[in-house]
Amino acid sequence: MMMHLTTNVRWALAGVAGVLVFATLMVWLIALTHPNKDYSELKLRMRSWWVMIGIFAGAMLLSPLASVVFFAFVSFLALKEYLSLIPTRRADRRVLFWAYLAIPVHYYWVATAWYGMFIIFIPVYMFLLLPLRMVIIGETEGFLRAMGSLHWGLMTTVFSLSHMAFLLVLPADKNPAGAGAGLMLYLVFLTQFNDVAQYTWGKLFGKHKVIPKVSPKKTWEGLVGGNLTTLLLAILIAPYLTPFSLTEAAGAGVIIGVFGFIGDVTISALKRDLGVKDSGSLLPGHGGILDRIDSLTYTAPLFFHYVYFLHY
Amino acid sequence: MKALLRWLFFVVIVRPLALIVIGLNVRHRERLPKSGPALIVANHNSHLDTLVLISLFPLRQLPQIRPVAAVDYFLRNRVLAWFALNVIGIVPLQREVKASAGDPLAAASATLEEGAILILFPEGSRGEPERLSRFKSGVAHLAKRHAEVPVVPIFLHGLGKALPKGEAILVPFFCDVFVGEGLYWNGDKQGWMTDLDDAMHVLATEGKFSPWE
Repeated sequence: MMMHLTTNVRWALAGVAGVLVFATLMVWLIALTHPNKDYSELKLRMRSWWVMIGIFAGAMLLSPLASVVFFAFVSFLALKEYLSLIPTRRADRRVLFWAYLAIPVHYYWVATAWYGMFIIFIPVYMFLLLPLRMVIIGETEGFLRAMGSLHWGLMTTVFSLSHMAFLLVLPADKNPAGAGAGLMLYLVFLTQFNDVAQYTWGKLFGKHKVIPKVSPKKTWEGLVGGNLTTLLLAILIAPYLTPFSLTEAAGAGVIIGVFGFIGDVTISALKRDLGVKDSGSLLPGHGGILDRIDSLTYTAPLFFHYVYFLHY
Repeated sequence: MKALLRWLFFVVIVRPLALIVIGLNVRHRERLPKSGPALIVANHNSHLDTLVLISLFPLRQLPQIRPVAAVDYFLRNRVLAWFALNVIGIVPLQREVKASAGDPLAAASATLEEGAILILFPEGSRGEPERLSRFKSGVAHLAKRHAEVPVVPIFLHGLGKALPKGEAILVPFFCDVFVGEGLYWNGDKQGWMTDLDDAMHVLATEGKFSPWE
């Protein structure tokens, strides 16, 4: 166990654990010094972080395959949450079933590192198959909406997110510092960190709204402050986990910061359209799983192709 | 032996199905009765309803929890009857009321008297998926006979999408389980039924559900 991870990645995981312990202590301290304020939501959120990071790190330590299975499961939860949230047609039950079946097949291509198939399976084959299956059922009312919303969901929750998993199976020799796991950890950590950093900067200094119609709590101060913090951190940790030069690391930091925000507000727009506040209730204190991985739906594919273009 | 089989069925099959494949969003879990006797009433859209409701309770309570189910459906052949009686643990109920057949609620009443948590679907059948239909008044008779027993309404949403009547393939959806406050018999059948209906409708409006047609 663990020997498949480079020393740096193991240290990075220890670092994540350290951040988690530190944050938990901070929450306790704040709650203790402000006894008349209610911090139960924040405590719930910390608890969910422990569970999420625990499972994520456990899968990483176990084996690369365990991590791929973990990401497949995340995709399953995200697709299920999406399909439970949006209007679907009763006639399409079996089409949705096929969409679910795409998850194990798609992650099989990931596990076997078959890049050519991985990159076209959902955008080409599932894209063509699902409407075909709908046509066989023959319900034309609402066909366009059903077809479009199903494919967007599959692209977002399965195809996009699976790029995190494909980082794991990239050839290790191109990145001696961290191998595939190092890149994946770099991406996931920075994306999640960026969310927290934007939130914190926004809470402290937020004034001017970026996109009030979609997400009234997002401010320029939060966005810029968060992105700069992420950029700085991206440069600082790149030598330990990635093959990036200084400029490349800065580029990665910008991609993760800016597009993390875009992914976030895209899911916000979806929720606003459907009239819900949270995408679900799977993660107490956070909301649903889409609320947690919204940023990754953008950063995962974009970061992946950035790395792939530069180094593989 | 049968108790062990039932326990295994719920631990190995039902719980993973309910919690991982389907996924439940339970609101007001604290309102679930901690011990019997109690009567759980819920809207009915799917075979999954019973399994999900049973899985809401801690495993140590499993022997106490008994769903009421229709004789004409569940006891129609020997294999199904064996499974329904021993593994699901149903209390059989005659849906067709005949004057000669005696008291149709006798078995349910007796089970409540033993201190069970009884699960009842007053709509009488699964009906059209994801539509509330009128509660039949059998539940009022039961509540009247057991005035000291709380009747806990539970609103279920989504299970009729996951496995509606007449479908064999389960399609995963997150499902909602909204638990209401326990009601007690108030002496007036009509009024009590209205209270129960109202309680169900209030629970139903807690959710924001996208259309499914």
